[in-house]
Amino acid sequence: MVEKVPLYIEAAKLTFRLGVIGILLSLAVGLICSLIQYYKVPVLRSVTGIYIELSRNTPLLVQLFFLYFGLPKIGVSWSSEACAILGLSFLGGSYMAEAFRSGLEAIDRTQLESGLSIGLSHRQVMQYIVFPQALSISVPALCANVIFLIKETSVFSVVALPDLMYVAKDLIGLHYKTDEALFMLVIAYLILLLPISIIAAVLERRLRYAGFGN
Amino acid sequence: MEKSEVVLEVRNLSKDYGNGPILKDISMTIQKGEVVVIIGPSGCGKSTFLRCLNGLESIQQGEIILDGQVITAEKTKWTQVRQKIGMVFQSYELFPHMSVIDNILLGPLKAQGKQKKEVIQEAERLLDRVGLLDKKDAYPRQLSGGQKQRVAIVRSLIMHPEIMLFDEVTAALDPEMVREVLDVMLELAKSGSTMIIVTHEMQFARAVADKVVFFDGGDIVETGTPEKFFTNPETERARRFLNTFTFNIEEKEG
Amino acid sequence: MQDLGIRVLFMGNNFERLLIGLWVTIKISLISVILSILFGILLGMVMTLKNPITRAVSKIYLEFIRIMPQLVLLFLVYFGLTKSFGINLSGELSAVIVFTLWGTAEMGDLVRSALISIPKHQYESGAALGLSGIQIYRYIIIPQTLRRLIPLAINLTTRMIKTTSLIVLIGVIEVMKVAQQIIEANRYTVPDSALWIYGTIFFLYFIVCWPISLLATRLEKRWKN
Repeated sequence: MVEKVPLYIEAAKLTFRLGVIGILLSLAVGLICSLIQYYKVPVLRSVTGIYIELSRNTPLLVQLFFLYFGLPKIGVSWSSEACAILGLSFLGGSYMAEAFRSGLEAIDRTQLESGLSIGLSHRQVMQYIVFPQALSISVPALCANVIFLIKETSVFSVVALPDLMYVAKDLIGLHYKTDEALFMLVIAYLILLLPISIIAAVLERRLRYAGFGN
Repeated sequence: MEKSEVVLEVRNLSKDYGNGPILKDISMTIQKGEVVVIIGPSGCGKSTFLRCLNGLESIQQGEIILDGQVITAEKTKWTQVRQKIGMVFQSYELFPHMSVIDNILLGPLKAQGKQKKEVIQEAERLLDRVGLLDKKDAYPRQLSGGQKQRVAIVRSLIMHPEIMLFDEVTAALDPEMVREVLDVMLELAKSGSTMIIVTHEMQFARAVADKVVFFDGGDIVETGTPEKFFTNPETERARRFLNTFTFNIEEKEG
Repeated sequence: MQDLGIRVLFMGNNFERLLIGLWVTIKISLISVILSILFGILLGMVMTLKNPITRAVSKIYLEFIRIMPQLVLLFLVYFGLTKSFGINLSGELSAVIVFTLWGTAEMGDLVRSALISIPKHQYESGAALGLSGIQIYRYIIIPQTLRRLIPLAINLTTRMIKTTSLIVLIGVIEVMKVAQQIIEANRYTVPDSALWIYGTIFFLYFIVCWPISLLATRLEKRWKN
């Protein structure tokens, strides 16, 4: 069993690396989409609206199959990694967009107006007043999305990536080491996710109970 | 009075959201140091009128002239204009993520591009003037409503506005806190600030106003001195409005 | 002119087979959702108890289930129980067990927070009207709790349907498996069938989940206050 540990470490590293890249891209996509919606940019607003609905109402597994097996048939082919990252960002972008949007919507229009009334420009109002507040409101949802997306990486094996599930399934199928394989699988995900989950809980509690001023 | 003493002039201002006019052909002149109190029933357009003055609402017709400069023109630099027009809101609208002192300094530092050391002393002096110097590092949520509103007034004052707009600033306050805010405003009025005040506090209006303007249905119905308006209003509508603030207790028959 | 791969959908009973495959997914989702709601209400009520033991146990259960990817849970039940304990479970049954465990955790947490979010003065003003304890629940607390919960429970349904797509990975014959069979069978006659078939499945999921999401959003907005 011990000799299999390096396999898991490699797999966990892969999951972590692709997860981080996917999450960063998701944040970027989400931010852009939420701004488009916030500023009600014509045309783009409908496009992001459609994207968000498509992304939120389909499973990552199906998105990945389409990207990895479907699109190459019309000449668009990707490496497994690119596909996984693209899929995760396509999924995560809409979730992050919703998190940012709810933060932005939570800031009253009158806050914006009071910033304008002391002579700040629109950009300054956004920079100093709206965004900082919106972001702190979005933090719990953003954290939840990070955990959600790391969990979603568990389907990456369907695009032939040697991730944790892939390693576990391999050991189960080829070596009949079911107990050990599953045990290490659980441990690996706990090591990946528990720290994030604890950080998220602390952040959320701090924002909820302390607010600004402590 | 000399023409140069006119701070703000409103000419034939009209506003329409598309379903009936909100403001109909409003004209008004405010002299330097003058305190104008606008009263009227809810939904009469008095708050909207204030918001038009610093460009928070668009207008369909008319013009607004600040310091001899038409500010309702196409190319108005509202950020510049708004630095000259202070506004205090009913709901205080302090920035909750900033301390009191940072709230006050945001305008001078960012909108006017001043250095902190230039303005920090003045900020502290103004806070002292409203009795809140000891709260300068507090956050808004640690303050009472009355304290928040006084900070909001300081936040406007530090921009050295030529005119201050007060939009029902005591309406959201607990009764025992109304006084502390009104006292600050009275003091400002005495020290020569030019102010337009929308309020429901009739006693205060009478005490502070140089001129009372009665709005109803988007119109200026009556304008007059406080003594004249409150004791002997000219119009029936104003009389009826003022009556809603008094209680006539019928004598019980014994 | 190029042969359109979409015709593979209409060859034989391919489209029907896909729909039947999708129904397997939906059926498992619906059974799991219904069980989750029932158990979740119980769990949520248990979680509001002050008893330290039930608190600790439900907390650990909740945290473990929510932190593990659902696919890991599926592996634990499907491979773990079967091979380690000799209990032979079908993929479908494993899926229902796992998704019920997961859904119960999610629902339980929703029920708990809905229950504790009813302000105390709601109970008090009910009592002030002279209502009995049961009447307070019947007319005041439960209707308000339901208004908070129903949109969230509907939302859980779409999450469940999406998550159930994972069952192809423990060998259940569902829509993705059928798709693979169709693609395999037509790999020479319709080489680009993967594009059309997987594209179709993508939209089938969307068509199933979207209206449910919309309904949840509508209800949430309407009942907000």
